[in-house]
Amino acid sequence: MRIEVNGQPRELDGPTTLGAVVDGEVADRRGVAVAVDGEVAARDRWDELTLTDGARVEIVGAVQGG
Amino acid sequence: MDAPLTIGGTELGSRLVLGTGGASSLDVLSRAIEASGTEVVTVALRRVTDTGPGSLLDVIERTGVRVLPNTAGCYTAREAVQVAKLGRDAFETDWVKLEVIGDERTLLPDATELLDAAEQLVDDGFTVWAYTNDDPILATRLAQVGCATVMPLGSPIGSGMGILNPYNLSIIREQVEVPVILDAGIGTASDATLAMELGCDGVLLASAVTRARDPAAMAQAMRAAVEAGWLARRAGRIPRRSYAQASTTGEGRPDLLGLTDPDPS
Repeated sequence: MRIEVNGQPRELDGPTTLGAVVDGEVADRRGVAVAVDGEVAARDRWDELTLTDGARVEIVGAVQGG
Repeated sequence: MDAPLTIGGTELGSRLVLGTGGASSLDVLSRAIEASGTEVVTVALRRVTDTGPGSLLDVIERTGVRVLPNTAGCYTAREAVQVAKLGRDAFETDWVKLEVIGDERTLLPDATELLDAAEQLVDDGFTVWAYTNDDPILATRLAQVGCATVMPLGSPIGSGMGILNPYNLSIIREQVEVPVILDAGIGTASDATLAMELGCDGVLLASAVTRARDPAAMAQAMRAAVEAGWLARRAGRIPRRSYAQASTTGEGRPDLLGLTDPDPS
């Protein structure tokens, strides 16, 4: 199964939760938010939501900005 | 006594909001936040990268300030609404500094997209801090749709040109009931003071501090400038007049040159 994480293609071996993908990207879930296919996925759903083939995942965190 | 600045029901002890963009390091930023006395800092959201230890969030937690997530870089209402929701989920706050720009070169707000996004976010329960043009009509519309504060620009973001249209700012202050925060364009302390003297309830600035030669010292200057302008506005300035008005009485002046006759009595 192939998904996209922050614009990069990613191969997944089998059914994978969004939470597992997030943990693969960041050491700390604090201050992180996620959108799947353009819609925000609330953090309390990350560990329940299983990603489907072709999912576009955007994982964002705080950066300096005005 | 004067009520503190209250945005969406939250009282703030400082009328200065600091944007975090442009600081050369987290250490520089941390010292600037402390020197500014601010209670609110803006942050942006971008794709995560492996930055290692020492994050912006740590600085924010250590300094004890509140986070105001922004929608910087959004060109459409649709995108800005999604970014606002990401900010809400990331920082567990319903505050958002709504920016919807129309042009990369000027970074000026896109009025129609901004108003559309503001309306959607207010309906969704956000406390919207709306970055807007110095346009009294648009500011009024933003307040009408329920923005918690309207934040007109003094001049384009990062330009340091100060307040280009003080007349419009005064009108905005007169016309809207919600707090008005001057956002963008501040170059130095006197610009911040002028904003407050014009009646603004607060000032939001980033580059003027973060890109100053000594950011912490400039942050301290801005803190004093905002306070001075606020106090001066409350104190009531004297009217401008075309000719001098002596501050010392002429009565009782001694005649050192013997120009007048002695009093006959």
